[in-house]
Amino acid sequence: MTTFTVLAIVAVLAALGVVLFSSPVRSAICLVVNFFVLAFVYFILNAELLGITQIIVYTGAIMVLFLFVIMLLNLGGPQAWKERREFRTVLGFGFGAALAGVIASQLITHFREHSRPFADDGYGSPQAIGRVLFTQYVWPFEVASVLLLVGIVGSILLAKRKL
Amino acid sequence: MGDYIAIVILVGLAAVICGAMVSLSFVLGPKNTTPYKQSPYECGVQPLGDARERFPIKFYLVAMLFILFDIEVVFLWSWLTVFKNADLAYQTFSFGAVMVYMVLWIIGDAYVIRVNAIDWDETTSLHPAKLGEPDPAALPVTARDLELVGGAR
Repeated sequence: MTTFTVLAIVAVLAALGVVLFSSPVRSAICLVVNFFVLAFVYFILNAELLGITQIIVYTGAIMVLFLFVIMLLNLGGPQAWKERREFRTVLGFGFGAALAGVIASQLITHFREHSRPFADDGYGSPQAIGRVLFTQYVWPFEVASVLLLVGIVGSILLAKRKL
Repeated sequence: MGDYIAIVILVGLAAVICGAMVSLSFVLGPKNTTPYKQSPYECGVQPLGDARERFPIKFYLVAMLFILFDIEVVFLWSWLTVFKNADLAYQTFSFGAVMVYMVLWIIGDAYVIRVNAIDWDETTSLHPAKLGEPDPAALPVTARDLELVGGAR
């Protein structure tokens, strides 16, 4: 439980950094830390494939995309992004608290029922997932490849000037 | 969980070595700086303009395609770990499933190569006249255009 506490504190601090830093690149670096720590949390919950996928896909690939978006949008210096305090900020906090409350109300009862909040050893290992993914869940697996093909064609059509 | 202790040791060792290399050279190295040494590129061209510039979309396209093929590989990884020691029924069935997957992957790959999606597309950054195309504005190449592509110095 202590490992989880340390990881959770780091994850929350990194997530706060994403929101509170005014420089978009610093926020992105905080997001990298958050993704990494989240992967470790998956590991201690015995969801190993999920943890590895988190590192490969999110910290590896999605972050590159985020950094490219930051460069693409040309946000300017940090001083350009001092947000004005206005009623929208208050409203945003209100909606955020409401969303957190709704999620918590759904989750807390389930957490209370379980004294052992992690899966069995090997439950989320790549072997176990490979066994069911290619037999029981083979249809979603094939649909995922069609989805990725659509993603490839769509991104090329959107971004390429001349085909 | 204990199977991963080796990876944790590897990551820890790498972090210690990298941290030592950076911090020790910072602590022990001589620090007689000159303005020339402080410049971003000590040897090479003079920096031109601001670092915060808009990047062409072609960078983004490469990153996007990287993510998509990355995710395709992630699916294969769980298959590799289980295929070798599995029974014949699983092997034949999952092999067929992965072959269908791979055919769709190769179609995507062939499409990417056919439309030259990962080729360096100069049409987004070069002046049309430089590509031998009729200029839409029918204007000669101006000094500013050359400056944009880094031609005039």
